[in-house]
Amino acid sequence: MSEATLPHEMPSVYEPSLFGTYSKKIGMWLFLMSDSLTFGALLYAYSYGRISTPNWPTPFHSESIVNATIMTAFLLTSSLTMVLAVRASTEGNAKAQRLWLLATMACGMGFVLLHGREWSKLIAEGLTLPVFPKPPGGETASEFVNVSKTVPQFAATFFGLTGMHMLHVTLGVVYLGIVALRRYFIPILLVFWLAAWLGTPAYSPFHYGAHVLLLAAIVCSIILWLKPKVYDSSDVEVAGLYWHFVDLVWMFIFPLVYLMSAKIL
Amino acid sequence: MEPDQIAIALRVAEEQRHHGKGQFFWIWGALLVMTAIEVYLTYQNMQPVRMLTILMGLSLIKAALIIGYFMHMKFEVSRMKWLTMASLVVCLALMMIFFPDAFRILALGPK
Repeated sequence: MSEATLPHEMPSVYEPSLFGTYSKKIGMWLFLMSDSLTFGALLYAYSYGRISTPNWPTPFHSESIVNATIMTAFLLTSSLTMVLAVRASTEGNAKAQRLWLLATMACGMGFVLLHGREWSKLIAEGLTLPVFPKPPGGETASEFVNVSKTVPQFAATFFGLTGMHMLHVTLGVVYLGIVALRRYFIPILLVFWLAAWLGTPAYSPFHYGAHVLLLAAIVCSIILWLKPKVYDSSDVEVAGLYWHFVDLVWMFIFPLVYLMSAKIL
Repeated sequence: MEPDQIAIALRVAEEQRHHGKGQFFWIWGALLVMTAIEVYLTYQNMQPVRMLTILMGLSLIKAALIIGYFMHMKFEVSRMKWLTMASLVVCLALMMIFFPDAFRILALGPK
């Protein structure tokens, strides 16, 4: 629309940017700042609950800590591959850009899969929320059952914080998929949705949570239909900002939620 | 994008081309090492407050490295750096107003 009103060879009629960069990037920074406050509020709520609860549990065995450490390594590596994708895009190397973006997505999916597996294990052991469907079989005598009953804030803050972060990582993978593969990613996304929906038992929160992927596929289809385009280096850089942000947030969730709740024998 | 936006994007891309690839690997390595230190400290039976202080200190360093290098904030103009980071830090710091209440709850109840 606006491209038609201002030919490229004409000098710019707009004031230079106050922040010395392009609007898309400033827009993403503003979004990330607002999202930081969302995560900040959740982390403060977690800290509040922890301070005001003297018998705060520390139930995470070394297995959970190792799992969370591998997840952290996945995210940190994904940040490296993302920054290499941005670099490839500025060099005009489309093939390398796509490959690095796909590597970033692979690391992100690895993170989500490990996290999902851990959630399922904790839920099976009795750490649950009232909104989660009850798994089949009787109640186990696990330590986590006791935690859910005596300090319900633990499960609420744990699932709230890590669930919100997992949602961000999942949407980040979708975002990168669209930037890397554009409309070709939509059928892949639908396959992911079907696999997540049909591959999880009905009592798993992921059985219903998988519909986020369907919603994302619909929204992305509308966006690509309304504005089909080849994403350039600025789009890759802006997507990278979002991706690094989810990595950044995890740098606080990991020590606060996992390491500070590790069971020291 | 508008032509002036394209020009800015090209300039930003040109600036980023000068950052060595090796730098990103160093930052990645440093982040992994700090994560390993955090996990190691977890099992050192430290006092919780002391451990929290060290863990948060390391997390802030990691956050600064990610924002500064991976998100390129270090290479933005100073107006962008200061306005975004200062406003964010102030807003997050303001949320600390709730912590005194969390400590007050501990002192409540039957004596």
